[in-house]
Amino acid sequence: MSAASEIALTEHDPHAVDRKAVRSRRARRRRMGRTGWNLVAALVLVVMVFPVYWMIATAFKPTDDINGINPTWVPWHPTLQHFRDAMNHAYFWTDVKNSLIIVGFSVLLAIVLAFLAAIALAKYRFSGAKLFLLLVLGIQMLPAIGLIIPLYVVLAKYHLTNTLTGVILVEMTFVLPFAIWMLRGFILGIPKELEEAAMVDGSSRVGAFFRILLPLVAPGLVATSVFVFITVWNEYIFANVLLSDQSKQTVTIWLSTFYGTSRNTDWGGLMAGATLTAIPVVIFFLIVQRKIAFGLTAGAVKG
Amino acid sequence: MSGTTSEVPDAAGALGSRRRRSAWDRAARGSVPYWLILPVAVAMVAILAYPLYQLIVISFQKYGLFELIRHAGTWIGLANYSSILHDPVFWNTVVRTIVFTIVNVGLTMLFGTLIALLLVRISTVMRILLTAGLMLVWAMPVVVAVQVWYWMTNFENGVLNYALTKLGVGDFFHHDWYVTPTSQLGMVTSLIVWGAIPFIVVAVYAGLAQVPDELVDAAEVDGARPWQVFLDVTFPVLKPIFLILTSLSIIWDFGVFTQPFLLIGESHVSTSNYLMGIYLYEEGYAKSDFGRGAAISVLMLLMVAGLSFFYVRKMWRTEDVA
Repeated sequence: MSAASEIALTEHDPHAVDRKAVRSRRARRRRMGRTGWNLVAALVLVVMVFPVYWMIATAFKPTDDINGINPTWVPWHPTLQHFRDAMNHAYFWTDVKNSLIIVGFSVLLAIVLAFLAAIALAKYRFSGAKLFLLLVLGIQMLPAIGLIIPLYVVLAKYHLTNTLTGVILVEMTFVLPFAIWMLRGFILGIPKELEEAAMVDGSSRVGAFFRILLPLVAPGLVATSVFVFITVWNEYIFANVLLSDQSKQTVTIWLSTFYGTSRNTDWGGLMAGATLTAIPVVIFFLIVQRKIAFGLTAGAVKG
Repeated sequence: MSGTTSEVPDAAGALGSRRRRSAWDRAARGSVPYWLILPVAVAMVAILAYPLYQLIVISFQKYGLFELIRHAGTWIGLANYSSILHDPVFWNTVVRTIVFTIVNVGLTMLFGTLIALLLVRISTVMRILLTAGLMLVWAMPVVVAVQVWYWMTNFENGVLNYALTKLGVGDFFHHDWYVTPTSQLGMVTSLIVWGAIPFIVVAVYAGLAQVPDELVDAAEVDGARPWQVFLDVTFPVLKPIFLILTSLSIIWDFGVFTQPFLLIGESHVSTSNYLMGIYLYEEGYAKSDFGRGAAISVLMLLMVAGLSFFYVRKMWRTEDVA
C-alpha cells in the first residue's frame, strides 16, 4: 500500500526519475521479499509453538494413539480421560490448594510492602534512595540456587522448613525487588500535574493520593500482582528444597514427580497435568503481557 | 501503615497557619519516605541480609545434619574452601558452565535478534500471529516445558526422533538423547533457548522501532547491502539493548538449575554433566554438607556478582534515576 502511494507521489515530480526508479525497484523487491519472509515466519511460528501444541494434543489423545510408533498429529478422537486421571493422581488437589495459599499470601504481602516502597522511591527525594534502588536491582540478579543453603539453614533454625509460611517468606526474596521496580515504573508514569492539580483544589497529599494516584496506578497494581502470581505459581527451586512432606508440596513439585520412578510413563496423564499446571499462568500472562513486557524492558528500551 | 500516620500532621498543616507548618512539618515530611520503605527494608534484612551473613559464617564451619539439629556449626577455617578449590570436579564444572553459558546466550541472542528482524519484514497478520505464538511460549512455566521436552525426546516414541528420521537427518529410531553429557546438555540448551527467545524478540523489536527510517532508506539508496545496513545503521542504535540483554542472559544461564536438574533427572546428574547450580545442590543440600555447600554458594555468588556489576551499572545509566 505504501509502495503504491510512493509511486503516485513521485509521478508528479519530473525531477525525481532517478529516485522513482530506485524506489519502485525497491518496492517490487520488498513485495516479493515479503512473501518469502512470511513463509519463513510461518516456519518459525510452527517450530516455536509446536511443543505447546504437542502437549495439548497429547493430553486429548487416546492412549493407543500416544503410544504408537508413528505419531498421530491431530487428536481426531479426543478424550478427557487423561485429565480425569491427572486430577485423580495422588495429591493433585492438595497441591493445588497449597500453591493457591502460597500464591495468595505472597501476592498480598508483596504488593502491600512493595507499593509503600515504590511510592517512596517514585514520589520523594531522600538520601539513600539511590543505594536502595541499586540494591533492588542487584538482588534480582542473584541466582536462586545460590541462596538455598542459607535460607534452608536459617528457616530450620526457626522451625519453618516444611511449612507453607517458610515458603511464602522465601518467595519474597525475589518477588519484592521486582514488584518494587515494576510499581515504581508505573507510579513514575503518572503525570505530576494531575496530583498537583488535586492539591491546589484543597486536597491534602493523602487525599490527592487516594483520589488521584490510586485509580491511576490500579492497572499497575493488577499487572504486578499477576506477575507475582505467575512467579510464585511457577517457582520450583525453593519449594523443592523446603517442602519434603508430600501433603505440603506445590503444583510444580507435583508435576515434576508425576512419572516417579516407573519405567512405563503415562504420557497422556503427564501432558494433561502439564496443561492443567500451565492454564492459570497462560491466562493471566496473556491478559497482562504488554505491561509485563513494559516492566521488563522499560529501562532497556528508553536508552 | 506507619507511613500514613506520619502524614497526618501534613494534612493538618494544610489547614493551619503558614508559620506552624515550617520546621517541624518539614522534618515530619522528610521522614515519610523512610517510613514507607521501612517494612521492605526490615523484610529484606530478615530474608536476605541475615541469611547471607549466615551463609558466610557457615562456609567457614563444619555444618552437617548434626549441626543443623543443634543449630550451631564447628569452626574449621578455610577447610571448605580449600577442599573445593582442590577438587577437580569444581574446576571442570566451572569450565563446563562457562562454555554452556556462552553457547546458550549466543544461540538465544542470535535467534532472538533474527526473529525480531523478521517481524519488521512480514505482513501485519503474520506479525500478530507470530507475536501471539511467542507470547504463548513465554507464558509456559519452566517445569511444564521440561515435561513436554521429556515427552518429545523420549527414546521410545519421541516426536523429535520421528521427525529427524523422516527428514533424513539420520536414523534416530530408539535413539536415547540422555546418555552422553554433550547430548544431555544439548537438550537442556534447546529447552532454555526456546524458552528465552520470546523475551529477546520483544526487547529487540521494541528497540528496532528507534532506528530512524530515513537512515535506513538513505543507506539503501546509497546501495548498501542488507547486512551493511544492519551493521552500520541498526546495530549502533540497538547496542545498549544488546548489552543489557546479553548480560542478563549470561547471569540467568550461568545460575540455571531447574531445566538441567529436571530434564537430565536427579538420578542421571553426575560429575560428568554438572553445571554450577547442580554441583552446589548435590554437594551441599543433597549430601547435607551445608558448610561445603555454603562455600560453593559464596564462590558462585561472587562470580555472578562480578557479572551483574556490569549489568546494574548499565541499567543504572540508561534509567537515569533522579
